[in-house]
Amino acid sequence: MGSNMAECHPVAFQWIVEAQRKGGKLIHVDPRFTRTSAMANLHVPIRAGSDIAFLGGLVHYILEQERYFRDYMVAYTNATTIIDERFLDTEDLDGFFSGWNEESGTYDTSSWQYEGGVIHASAGERGAPRPPADGIIIEGAPPHSDPTLEHPRCVFQLLRRHYSRYTPEMVERVCGVPQHKFLEVAETICDNSNRERTTAFVYAVGWTQHTVGVQFIRTSAIIQLLLGNMGRTGGGVMALRGHANIQGATDIATLFDVLPGYIQVPSVKDSSNLKQFCLDQGGAAGGYWGNLEAYLVSLLKAYWGDRATPDNQFGFDYLHRVTGDHSTYQSTLGMVDGWVKGFVVLGENPAVGSAHGGLHRKALRRLDWLVVRDLYEIETASFWYDSPETQSGEIRAEDVGTEVFFLPAAANAEKNGSFTNTQRLLQWHEQAVEPRGDCRSDLWFTYYLGAKIREKLAASTEARDRALLDLTWDYPLDPKSGDPSAEEVLREISGRGPDGQLLASFGALRADGSTSSGCWIYCGAFAGGQNLTNRKRPGQEQSWVAPEWGWAWPLNRRVLYNRASADPEGKPWSERKRFVYWDEAQGKWVGPDVPDFPGDRRPDYQPPPGATAENALSGDRPFIMQADGVGWLFAPSGVVDGPFPTHYEPQESPVRNLLYEQERNPARQVFRRRDNPYNPTAGEPGSERFPFVMSTYRLTEHHTAGGMTRFLSRLSQLQPEMFCEVSPELAQERGLRPGGWATISTERSVIEARVLVTARLPVLRLGDRVVHQVGLPYHWGSRGLSTGDSANDLFPLVLDHNVHIQETKAATCDIQPGRRPRVASR
Amino acid sequence: MTAAPTARRPAVSLPMWQGGGTRMGFFTDSSICIGCKACEVACKEWNGVPDIDTGFTGNSYDNTSSVGANSWRHVAFVERQRPDTGDGVQWLMNSDVCKHCTRAACLDVCPTGAIFRSEFGTVVVQDDICNGCGYCVVACPFGVLERREAPDGRAFKCTLCYDRLQVGDEPACAKACPTQSIQFGPLEELRERAEKRLEEVKQEPRYAGARLYGDSKDDGVGGFGAFFLLLDDPEVYGLPPKPVYRRTDLALLWGAASVAASVLTLGVLGSLSWRRR
Repeated sequence: MGSNMAECHPVAFQWIVEAQRKGGKLIHVDPRFTRTSAMANLHVPIRAGSDIAFLGGLVHYILEQERYFRDYMVAYTNATTIIDERFLDTEDLDGFFSGWNEESGTYDTSSWQYEGGVIHASAGERGAPRPPADGIIIEGAPPHSDPTLEHPRCVFQLLRRHYSRYTPEMVERVCGVPQHKFLEVAETICDNSNRERTTAFVYAVGWTQHTVGVQFIRTSAIIQLLLGNMGRTGGGVMALRGHANIQGATDIATLFDVLPGYIQVPSVKDSSNLKQFCLDQGGAAGGYWGNLEAYLVSLLKAYWGDRATPDNQFGFDYLHRVTGDHSTYQSTLGMVDGWVKGFVVLGENPAVGSAHGGLHRKALRRLDWLVVRDLYEIETASFWYDSPETQSGEIRAEDVGTEVFFLPAAANAEKNGSFTNTQRLLQWHEQAVEPRGDCRSDLWFTYYLGAKIREKLAASTEARDRALLDLTWDYPLDPKSGDPSAEEVLREISGRGPDGQLLASFGALRADGSTSSGCWIYCGAFAGGQNLTNRKRPGQEQSWVAPEWGWAWPLNRRVLYNRASADPEGKPWSERKRFVYWDEAQGKWVGPDVPDFPGDRRPDYQPPPGATAENALSGDRPFIMQADGVGWLFAPSGVVDGPFPTHYEPQESPVRNLLYEQERNPARQVFRRRDNPYNPTAGEPGSERFPFVMSTYRLTEHHTAGGMTRFLSRLSQLQPEMFCEVSPELAQERGLRPGGWATISTERSVIEARVLVTARLPVLRLGDRVVHQVGLPYHWGSRGLSTGDSANDLFPLVLDHNVHIQETKAATCDIQPGRRPRVASR
Repeated sequence: MTAAPTARRPAVSLPMWQGGGTRMGFFTDSSICIGCKACEVACKEWNGVPDIDTGFTGNSYDNTSSVGANSWRHVAFVERQRPDTGDGVQWLMNSDVCKHCTRAACLDVCPTGAIFRSEFGTVVVQDDICNGCGYCVVACPFGVLERREAPDGRAFKCTLCYDRLQVGDEPACAKACPTQSIQFGPLEELRERAEKRLEEVKQEPRYAGARLYGDSKDDGVGGFGAFFLLLDDPEVYGLPPKPVYRRTDLALLWGAASVAASVLTLGVLGSLSWRRR
């Protein structure tokens, strides 16, 4: 669901094909019939944006038909945990949870806590809420639980109640999925999830790009925990990333609020005391985050080397402090509003690839300066003389004041380095050819930019410049190209011990400043001085897990939480699914994968009083990053919009929310301003002007915003123009001719596209209501060999508040035959 | 109805490749083709095949349209209703290519010897010898051969990457195919593999019509060196159900023409002689 894997991840899809040849079944739930659907054993059309209703229907089915894997669920999830008596569900408050603050538009999550304690999330909004000093959970088991699952406030019963109305009938009315199809999916998944068998969920941006994106994924996680599909081979929730190295970019921290290894960037509100910060961030709780201080100090040592000392808290004060939301779209608005003056864009094309392209281009026009590094002069660099606004005459090039620096970048075959793929696998690649002309690698650019800034600041005595001047910035340079050594960077990331030896495990990291590691989860990638990411031993020459192909973080584990592949006593759930299990004779966990658990920790281990971190978890708690060591059906913290996923309509929807009075996710991030108008949604006056659901997506032939493909003739000829996909019924209703032109409009913009009429776009029936969908590939812009209008120009800024990701997978639009109006040039 | 060409075989001597070494070929398994077109791109890159500019066709995701001089692989996209249930859509994809026929009419009609049978049993056009006469174009029962208008009208088609085969590498398309829908190898081995695969595929009700195409030595061209597993009739994919070795017809035509010419000549001579009288 939420993924078109065959089209967008064709290389990874080979494994699905292989699984199918071994008898595996592929179910594709998607608004369109795509190349993935063509390969699927079953395609289920669904209304874009209604996935929680569908997934919640599955939860309802699993609970009411008692199809859950009871032994797994009771032992390895928080199903038995009792929740604070102040907690109120959306069933009580018609679409709200307890703690809603209308004024701030946020939840106070204190009533979502476990009864008897406060617990931290392992990710997300980890620092909030601040635990009271006496409420920190430091023992393995949450204090209050009911293994019989009967307590009315235990998570299991709350979950049942929360999804009690997500029936097959409701799924049909909300999602447009016929009941028999829904039940076929439910039965197939349940039949295939037990001791002997497992089921995997695969998603991509079809789940993330919604105002409830995080909760889509949470719902699938709940299903997988109920069915016992986590930590076991063939199970899991697989996020397919949009680029070859997005996983790596996230791990090594491109986000504004995350340091390498998912360590939170300190906020201005946080303690300026390193130790206290680590404690506040969950450093006193159970699980591996209890070692946060060791990870953070090692990172600071990697940054500042000898200048990071106990006396200056290892440079903790050198770290920037977050003052608020500085995510992509906030920064864009900052440019529009004039408080962001400069912008450096690497490997991204926001003028085409981000929601509300017109607003992005407006933002670019208001900058003082802009640096774009890319393979070609993409739309983000050409906005000032070649854009919809200059073509219409609305903007003249001579009136744009932004100084644009376009720097040519080297492509992947022109540089060494590693990619981290979607399964956390680091794979090294060697340079094949020298980059041409002035093209340089990102590493080259970053290194020399830093060197130049340091040179300019060399004489500074300002305290604020110390962080830059004290950085370790001494990578060996290639004598010919001047490129810094990428392998040396990986060594620094992997980490070193007291005598400079390369470390084998993050377990060796210390908070006393004796170790360094640029990213604790990558520690060991260069163990023993060998670049383990560069291993290329063919799969057939090693065990089926293929541990000697590349290197997976952490510690080359291929299946996360694989302690859960054995029962609480450490025995495999079944012979067929034997994976990682306890060997009493050897006194350790064994199996073809690296155990994701302390290797010699007995299954019957009980933490002694005062134990911390992983030692605070008992031997039957597989989810070692969680403070309580179990998978969370109910999320007491970490998510800002509810402990249980709840169906809300998108910001713009042609239908009302059938489940709750509250139409949309109350905690979504909206920007009510004149340059970001929203279409009236169902129930509001004027909504009939935008009767159709639109959704964006990618094609195999092009890559995201087109910077890597629209300039290549071989690829451009395969999909030479922007087009839209409509059903024959919609084509007839609106008079759209196959191969002709259509104009698609929203409150933000009007674009044109060629028309592809296809029965692959299903017409959905929601009760007596018919909903048409318009499909829009988003690859195009005005540059390159294959051109067209940008689908993203149609979308508004409205975000998931957890992760600040835009809703571009479901909104409303109108479509009419013919080309868009053209404004004569001034 | 086309007369079965095999019936005419005794009448005309048909050159059939007997070969010395191992015959190499393609098995294209359309049941696992995901329509990614990596084969089209890899082929063009390796072989330096010129770009095409068909523009947006509006015909499913097919903007290449056919196998030709400038598209040696072509992925066909067929959208239709599911044949078994009639409910919902089916989207068939298949990467078409030169069939490297056992009895290759293109080779037999080529007057310059530009087309030859390689040591791998493949049929290859030598572009430095081709004079652009176009005989092969009419001879090919699949419409694979085409003359490249610019600059000089010579004919081009898939060489089964003759240059790569010579150094022990597999053809570019097979190498690029992510799902192994395109398999390269000794033809006999591929045929065995294909038989087994067909049995697997036919288990699925919606693929009850699956069959191998071009695997039989008894078809009109003596079997393909590049054969297919299709999920339905070849016509569904735009492929001829009963390909005909066209040189048979040409030979007969030439024969008929020479008879006609003789008659004419005789007639003329006769009239002359009559006149003379």
